[in-house]
Amino acid sequence: MKILLTFSHAIWRALLHTLPTMLGILLINFLLLQLAPGDAADVMAGESGSATQESLAALRSQFGLDQPMLVQLWQYLSNLAHFNLGHSPRYGATVESLISQRLGTTLTLMLLALVVSLAVGIALGMLMAHWQGRWPDRVLSVCSQFFYSVPGFWIGLMLIVVFSVKLGWLPTGGAGTIGADLKGWPALLDTLRYMALPACSLALIYIAIYARLTRASMLEAGAQDYVRTATAKGLSPWVITFKHVLRNALLPITTMAGLHLGGMLGGAVVIETVFSLPGLGRLAYDAVMARDYNVLLGILLVSSLLVIVTNVLVDLLQSWLDPRIRSHR
Amino acid sequence: MSTPRHAALQRFKRNPTAMAGLLFLLAVATLALIAPLLYPGDPLAMEAEPLLWPGQDWQYPLGTDALGRDLMAGIVHGGRVSLQVGVLASLFGVLLGLSIGALAGYFGGRIDYALQRLIEIFQTMPSFVLLVALVAIAQPSVPTLIFAIAIISWPTVARLVRAEVRSIREREYILAARSVGYSHLRIIVREVLPNILPTLIVTASIMVASAVLMESALSFMGLGDPNQVSWGSLIGSGREQIRTAWYLTAIPGLAIFFTVLAFNLIGDGLTDAFNPTQAQGRR
Repeated sequence: MKILLTFSHAIWRALLHTLPTMLGILLINFLLLQLAPGDAADVMAGESGSATQESLAALRSQFGLDQPMLVQLWQYLSNLAHFNLGHSPRYGATVESLISQRLGTTLTLMLLALVVSLAVGIALGMLMAHWQGRWPDRVLSVCSQFFYSVPGFWIGLMLIVVFSVKLGWLPTGGAGTIGADLKGWPALLDTLRYMALPACSLALIYIAIYARLTRASMLEAGAQDYVRTATAKGLSPWVITFKHVLRNALLPITTMAGLHLGGMLGGAVVIETVFSLPGLGRLAYDAVMARDYNVLLGILLVSSLLVIVTNVLVDLLQSWLDPRIRSHR
Repeated sequence: MSTPRHAALQRFKRNPTAMAGLLFLLAVATLALIAPLLYPGDPLAMEAEPLLWPGQDWQYPLGTDALGRDLMAGIVHGGRVSLQVGVLASLFGVLLGLSIGALAGYFGGRIDYALQRLIEIFQTMPSFVLLVALVAIAQPSVPTLIFAIAIISWPTVARLVRAEVRSIREREYILAARSVGYSHLRIIVREVLPNILPTLIVTASIMVASAVLMESALSFMGLGDPNQVSWGSLIGSGREQIRTAWYLTAIPGLAIFFTVLAFNLIGDGLTDAFNPTQAQGRR
């Protein structure tokens, strides 16, 4: 009960804290929408093929586009409060339905990339810390420097050349075998086959970041007094590394992983266009090509909200992982 | 003041990887600068037989694309755009971040609160998605790319500068400068700025690396300047022939990779040079 209370308290505090940020993001979105060339009436007129000045004016007053800016802002906000992000003339569907259809693919891609980058990055970082200053450390440092500098979309294309074109092991793009109608394990395997290359391309830069971070925080945690005590007690090096050092070294990594969500979303935009995955990024790309600003800014808004929600969750996770943070508040 | 800087410079010069990065960059920058002399024609013009492989005809050492455009000319001219966007975007980003961070850190209070919220807004919005939206709305061109990348990259600098200024603000020499009656601007520029310069230089070199990466991703997606070649747009057009002529994708990507790597190596070298004690801990 007490934990529940602290949790609801923490959520309340987090919401209060993010309120100004949220309002700011909404305002920026609204301004960008205003700055975008052409308005909904122009788009509608373009769709129908013929329009007179009078019919355009009629459309504008129907959508409230001739109202003063503040009234339009209010309308925008009240639409958002009803989960109404506008209409996409290109797809003939509401923006929120387009986004919710594609959110799943993007989230799967990001989750896979996160798991891969954390697993590989932490493992590499531990190896580097273990052999600190010796040749495996040097070699892995160079590797992580390389991973950090490679453009993700380019490595994706190169992976396609090697694994799809030359070796023929994995598909070049898409989100699943069309018309296969798989269920259960085969379906999961199929998805993994299609997601393997995109997830690896997206994960590469984060592998480098987590490897460096793990190395640094392992070395820092390893130099603490309680580790010397544990060694003096005669605990085995394995127990010390995993139970005492790694556990404490993981805290900064969870913080960073939370902060990286926005960056990963951005990376997913490019990676999805490389692998033609039907996710948010691909939708954003199509929206740019069709100059469909409602959809583009809807994606910006939804992804910003996603980042805010994750930040709150990471905060909660940390106060659960580290009781010291809880008592500080 | 000059002795520790001098020592830092010496340490930087003795760092082989950082110096390699610097030399590579100088070579790329020279090529980019003399591109109009080396390849006076339009790099988008059709020159030769299409789809020549690298080394097949030494007049076109890196081969030609499906329309017979010389890839070497594209790489050299593309370097101009990539470096120009990378360096200028970081410069504006640093200037914007520096002013906002210094204001927030120096004055504190309400100004600090408001500016911190602003920083938070920009750090919450996924920066690449925002970048795509900004460029798409403002219509792609080299100046648009520069300003859009600057707009999304200033918050990192602002946060760093704010923290540094806050820690410096209460030191004796700043209090002394205040008691003498120097203006705020003078104190910020003459007393605070020199102290945060090392941090700023390191951040700037890493910012150029990520700006080059962002520019390449944007022009790969077709959001670059339509009238100019850049490394990203070369990859974007070479991608059509990825099954048969993969060198068209591979070569411009290597150019991006080595340039970004060079900036990162220089950034690491500068970090080590400015903080020798911390560097020993890392090694």
